[in-house]
Amino acid sequence: MTLTQPLPVEEVVDERRGTLDVVPGPDGPDAPGPTTTTPVPPGTSRLRRAGAAIGWALVGVAGFVALWWLAAGRNDKLPAPGDTFTVLREMLADPFYDNGPDDKGVGVLVWLTLQRVFKGWALATLAGVPLGLLVGSSRRAWQAVNPIVQVLRPVSPLAWFPILAFALADTEAAGVWTVFVIALWPTVLNTAAGAATVPADQRDVARVFRFGRLAYLRHVLVPHVLPSTVTGLRLSMGMGMGWIVIVAIEMLGGSSGIGRQIWTWYNALNLDKVAAGIVIIGAVGLVLDLALMRLARAVALDEGVRS
Amino acid sequence: MSLVVEGAWKSFAHRGGTQAVLRGVDLNVEPGEFVSLIGHSGCGKSTLVRALGGLLPLDAGSIRLDGQPVSAPGPDRAMVFQNYSLLPRLSLVDNVRAAVRSARPAKGRAAAGEAAERYLTAVGLWEARDKKPHQVSGGMQQRAAVARAFAVEPRVLLADEPFGALDALTRARLQSQLIDLWTSESDTELVVMVTHGIDEAILLSDRIVVMGNPPGPSIVDVIPVDLPRPRDRVSIIDDPHHREVQERLLRLLTAAPGIAGDPAEATEAAA
Repeated sequence: MTLTQPLPVEEVVDERRGTLDVVPGPDGPDAPGPTTTTPVPPGTSRLRRAGAAIGWALVGVAGFVALWWLAAGRNDKLPAPGDTFTVLREMLADPFYDNGPDDKGVGVLVWLTLQRVFKGWALATLAGVPLGLLVGSSRRAWQAVNPIVQVLRPVSPLAWFPILAFALADTEAAGVWTVFVIALWPTVLNTAAGAATVPADQRDVARVFRFGRLAYLRHVLVPHVLPSTVTGLRLSMGMGMGWIVIVAIEMLGGSSGIGRQIWTWYNALNLDKVAAGIVIIGAVGLVLDLALMRLARAVALDEGVRS
Repeated sequence: MSLVVEGAWKSFAHRGGTQAVLRGVDLNVEPGEFVSLIGHSGCGKSTLVRALGGLLPLDAGSIRLDGQPVSAPGPDRAMVFQNYSLLPRLSLVDNVRAAVRSARPAKGRAAAGEAAERYLTAVGLWEARDKKPHQVSGGMQQRAAVARAFAVEPRVLLADEPFGALDALTRARLQSQLIDLWTSESDTELVVMVTHGIDEAILLSDRIVVMGNPPGPSIVDVIPVDLPRPRDRVSIIDDPHHREVQERLLRLLTAAPGIAGDPAEATEAAA
């Protein structure tokens, strides 16, 4: 071969990324970048920023607890923060005991609820991703499915439960399938939105190099759609829908789980336990969302700077 | 082998009406030839090259490669795009491999790997093979895209403003690499390239097809470039023939209102 000159391996672009220590969230506006004009040692600013974030979070929590405490002082039917945290500590001291159907630790209860929500969510993902790919790739499929989705989407999740419970004659399965119905829309719509925006140049590449159906799916469609799909999964699970709905469903007609237990505590007028249960539900929801956000970040397409 | 276009017509819907972008194009590219298509935006040069690639059906007329009609993409024609168009989640080597595996399914995994190594090495990217496109510069991305096109061992290379998005120094290096690959590293017989650059067209081409905007004819002129190869970018500027071709192109692209469109653009292109 006769190359005219030796080719040095070129620079790797965008050293700037190294100093960008705030990763913009997938759904938020871009985080303020490091716009400081005075040079700051990289480690210091990061530490200071993390410290400030934690500090202000503590201020917020303290303010919230203070308001709660004031409200509980004016209305003695409300559970007070102190009592709630005492109960919470007792619950968390032994979360996994199981003394039969009516007496289980909160860990066991949460696990029962999580299993339901994961079943419904997994079913929704299995059905929703292929449906979303189809709907996003074909105008006809979109035109067929979109009206149904738009009508069914605003229906309150809980409205499905009675029909499913009656039809399936099984509240357990009805709960799972209600979660399925709820989790399906965000997964389908977000996957479809991703599939509908495969860049024209990538489609051209697939045509010029004669990608088969499988190669197109594997190298073009799925990689492009992945971030939108994960957004859909996050909306249908972490951000709320699935987790919020399953607790309500258990209250409506469950036989076990944290939602059912809260309803039982309410009937026994044990409001300290109800409040502690709410704190636990919130914490589990937060963990779910953080996990999915992490997943979203892992699959985010880093386009980088095209020079 | 030759690539023959006969009476090609193509119209697009445009502001309520239709715009005939290709208006009876006749073109014959011979084996061993490098042909450039030059003209202003909207003259149909990209449309023509996409039609040659089989990405766009013609309204009328025909494209034949060795007598066989071209109506869809095929492994005998590979393409380099202006915006590199690497698949963003695949490493450079996987981009090349995936293209070879798909375009030449008979080749098998090992042969596809060999082709990827050979052409990535030829463009000086074997060391960077495991990088993702966003991790390397635009010039490197386009080199990988050129390697990908040659790796499928096409008989025809089509390029749509392949160097348009690159800086001048990177562009010069890629131009040399493209010619080297074409002349000595591959069995690719002919090249059709869309360009905006007059000097680029003269440096690389055997013939330059000047295209005009509607409503005039699609092909305004075909200018042969009779400069011996290999061409040296520095010394050919002093060649009287280079001057002559350059002047002719400048005149066609700037001085003929209604045929070649906006003069300001061609002055830029010449600069």
